[in-house]
Amino acid sequence: MAEARDYRAIGTRPVRPDGVDKVTGRANFGADMTLPNMIHGKVLRSPHAHARIKSIDASRALQLPGVYAVISGADFPSGAEGEISGEGGGTVSDLAKNIMARDKALYHGHAVAAVAAKTAFLAESALELIDVDYEVLPPVLDVDTAMADGAPLVDEHQRTGGGQGDAPSNIAAITKFERGDPEAGFAAADVVVEGAYRVPTAHQGYIEPHACTATLDEEGRATVWCCTQGHFDVRSMTAGVLGKSVGEIKVIPSEIGGGFGGKTVIYLEPLAVKLSELTGRPVKMVMSREEVFRATGPTSASHCRVKVGAKRDGTITAATAWLAYEAGAFPGAPVGPGCMSVFAPYDLDNFRIEGFDVLVNKPKAAAYRAPGAPQSLHAMESTIDELARKLGMDPIDLRLANCADEGTHAPYGPTFPPIGIKKCLEAAKAHPNYTTPKAEGTGRGIAAGFWFNIGMQSSAEVRLSEDGTVTVMEGSPDIGGSRASMCLMAAETLGVPYNIVRAHVGDTESTGFCNVTGGSRTTFATGLAVVQACEDIIAECKQRAAMTWDIDADQVDWTDGEAVPKPGVNIDVAPLSLADIAGNAGRTGGPILGRASLNAQGAGASFSVNFADVTVDRETGKVDVLNFTAIQDAGTAIHPAYVEGQMQGGAVQGLGWALNEEYVYDNNGVMENAGFLDYRIPVASDMPMIDTQIIEVPNPSHPYGVRGVGETPIVAPLAVTSNAVSDALGFRISDLPLSPPSVLAAIDAHDEA
Amino acid sequence: MARVVFPEHLLQHTGGTREIEVQASNYRGIVRAVDKQWPGIEQVLIKSAVAIDGQIYQDAWLEPIREDSEIFFMQRIEGG
Amino acid sequence: MSKVHVVTNVNGEPREMLCEPQQSLLEVLRDELGMTGTKEGCATGDCGACSVMLNGRLVCSCLTLGVEAEGADITTIEGIAEGSQLHPVQRKFLEHAALQCGICTPGFIVATKALLDRNPNPDETTIRYWLAGNLCRCTGYDKIIRAVQDAATELAHEA
Ligand code: FES
Ligand code: FES
Repeated sequence: MAEARDYRAIGTRPVRPDGVDKVTGRANFGADMTLPNMIHGKVLRSPHAHARIKSIDASRALQLPGVYAVISGADFPSGAEGEISGEGGGTVSDLAKNIMARDKALYHGHAVAAVAAKTAFLAESALELIDVDYEVLPPVLDVDTAMADGAPLVDEHQRTGGGQGDAPSNIAAITKFERGDPEAGFAAADVVVEGAYRVPTAHQGYIEPHACTATLDEEGRATVWCCTQGHFDVRSMTAGVLGKSVGEIKVIPSEIGGGFGGKTVIYLEPLAVKLSELTGRPVKMVMSREEVFRATGPTSASHCRVKVGAKRDGTITAATAWLAYEAGAFPGAPVGPGCMSVFAPYDLDNFRIEGFDVLVNKPKAAAYRAPGAPQSLHAMESTIDELARKLGMDPIDLRLANCADEGTHAPYGPTFPPIGIKKCLEAAKAHPNYTTPKAEGTGRGIAAGFWFNIGMQSSAEVRLSEDGTVTVMEGSPDIGGSRASMCLMAAETLGVPYNIVRAHVGDTESTGFCNVTGGSRTTFATGLAVVQACEDIIAECKQRAAMTWDIDADQVDWTDGEAVPKPGVNIDVAPLSLADIAGNAGRTGGPILGRASLNAQGAGASFSVNFADVTVDRETGKVDVLNFTAIQDAGTAIHPAYVEGQMQGGAVQGLGWALNEEYVYDNNGVMENAGFLDYRIPVASDMPMIDTQIIEVPNPSHPYGVRGVGETPIVAPLAVTSNAVSDALGFRISDLPLSPPSVLAAIDAHDEA
Repeated sequence: MARVVFPEHLLQHTGGTREIEVQASNYRGIVRAVDKQWPGIEQVLIKSAVAIDGQIYQDAWLEPIREDSEIFFMQRIEGG
Repeated sequence: MSKVHVVTNVNGEPREMLCEPQQSLLEVLRDELGMTGTKEGCATGDCGACSVMLNGRLVCSCLTLGVEAEGADITTIEGIAEGSQLHPVQRKFLEHAALQCGICTPGFIVATKALLDRNPNPDETTIRYWLAGNLCRCTGYDKIIRAVQDAATELAHEA
């Protein structure tokens, strides 16, 4: 049971072990791999958002000197079956069809063929010589159209919930949660507020495009280098798509240039392996930025309706939510977690939640930081803001009056263990940025955020070198300083200085299984494995010391990195340090290593409260964020600088989504802004400093109280921005993004009305 | 007896039953008992997450169940 | 298409290479010279991950042709540290945790050094606008700005 306590290593801010490589350009990312004899692969993508593929003729391309192979859907096994292991879920068959279209292209940019050629330039030229005969079909591009009767079907075989009886539908699944009697609750309310909110498709926007290099040996065993959030999952997904066994594939993770959920899935790896198989040469594939936008995981656009009823004193009597999320071309929008998050910050007796997973002709949605929660909580937290206005209550007081706490029966089922929402709200109320009145002409918005956090499988091995230095081997790709956190937890557990511990991310054959770095699980679950592996080392060291001293191991204590006889054990010996024991390991039984593998349970939920002040230029519609404060429960912050970094980075991603980011489509389903110039993510000059306050309500399921912090930060900023802009304007704009054209249009419409 | 609660998406498999009481010493026992009542539901349950006395488990086969435990089946959670 | 023979100076070392006329300086650095420290985030001049110094000017190497490097002096991220001695900008990025994934970092460091070389004492707004051509998706920029400010202070003391 963890409680706040004093640590030596944990809570300090040392330089990360992989830091120097990353500031000198030495670190190898996905596209940095080169192998002798390597050739290059490129993907031909559908120019239509929805089309039947009648034929593919690659003969002209293959005649080009230096073009070695062309593949299409027919080159992959058709009967791929099974569920995808790991966090994203879905079926292998859908994954296989997303990676390479079979009979239908389901979105503009869907892969239909791939070429391997001597150079990337040549491969690209060869794409133009592949003749594809399409029968163009009408696309369906948003949830409302897709759910309407008579809408074109993205997949003629799709039935709601996979059932057999009903007619085919674009609604892949419906999720429902209900408690109490919402109708009676609304009847008992003094005030009822409701609204409809739309959030556009946005991209994770990692700066590093997807990249991989694959090679096969003479026995058909593949080695794949790639940038991924989880190489073990890449291995199983690649194996599934190709009909190989995981034992035939080795995946070596490069450094990864951002993922945010988008690199938990695969796009290129099976193609590269296939092309390598056909050509007998290593094949490298790197996406362009345009391909990243058109073909890789954006997050779901959504249409959410929320209704909340309350008493005069602010007590919420009932709430309902209707949530429709775009899945893209295959089922699997994060609407389940959207439903489970929408009311999570609150303690409610009466509610109903309905969620719809809806197919549209857009790229298959991939996880994006707290997948599903930003959309639904944007709707809820905007509604709560309206309710506070109607009741004339401070929005923090309204939330405090209704917030969940330890023992609250969470809307999605379980009873909350200790959680930090109340502390975050109280901290917000006392924060100088909040107690300072907003400036004349500005608007202030506040909102809460939430994410479940997950555990899942991790392994770690800790090895002692002969001089007592410590090597940690684990399998969670380091996206944001996790090696440093692992070293800190190892140093804390072993009682040794941080700088003698080095953490490494091993490939699929040099370390035990780890699920993806995602879901805010790495510091929690892989951290837990590292701690347990260190405890394994300590047990062994005590054993070795006991042997040396001719006493029993249970007569030895481990204090400050040294074995000492337990108090009361009557022998006169000097303590044995880790280095002493390691140096003598050969004489006392051989090298010392500790290991742990686990399926971590009990990742604690992480809540946040964010607020900001904005100005809105009524002439141009431009919103400027003047200040932003992020308060979040981290359980225990292992490396506070990287916890702050997660909070700041997530806040700015949320602000970008709220202010500017959206996929703009033409009527044919062609994304019109597939580049960083037109899909505008925040730049330094758009943003203020992001003030952070870490709340620490330790997670009882982790020895150091870690909760995981990566997801929650993106959730609240959407509603924060909406609420602040509404405050500044004096009326609400429900839909995102609050970009200059849409804000201006809303101002004009409001002035006219 | 432990209290087992099914969310909406499982009701089609339980003929609309939202809640039952089950005697078992661990989570697998619960799943077996439920499957006995509604044969085939095990296949769905093993793809679900579960909250046992407030703690969420994605995979919980051997988790012990107390006399008065509360078991909520729920959807699995992913993450970015 | 015949290749073009280009003689250039990279990080103080004379280099010779054969480039395709359409190859960008970024591709030449990475693919011909094996200097993969300079990164590609977009290849359209929008992200700054490919920032290098060309004859004292900060440029996006993805928008510069390899053949334009003829006779030029180029500084890449690999040339910022002096031997094993990190440049203060690099050190401050590490100390302030101004990188998470690190893919944007080479570009930011090259751009920051270019800024501080010409303006040793920039205010926050100047830093934010100078670095507006460099995208970072991980950090929210806060820690990057602080690292730059701190590096400026340290360099001012050294001078
Ligand atoms: S790669 Fe040159 S600016 Fe993005
Ligand atoms: S640290 Fe990842 S993009 Fe900047």
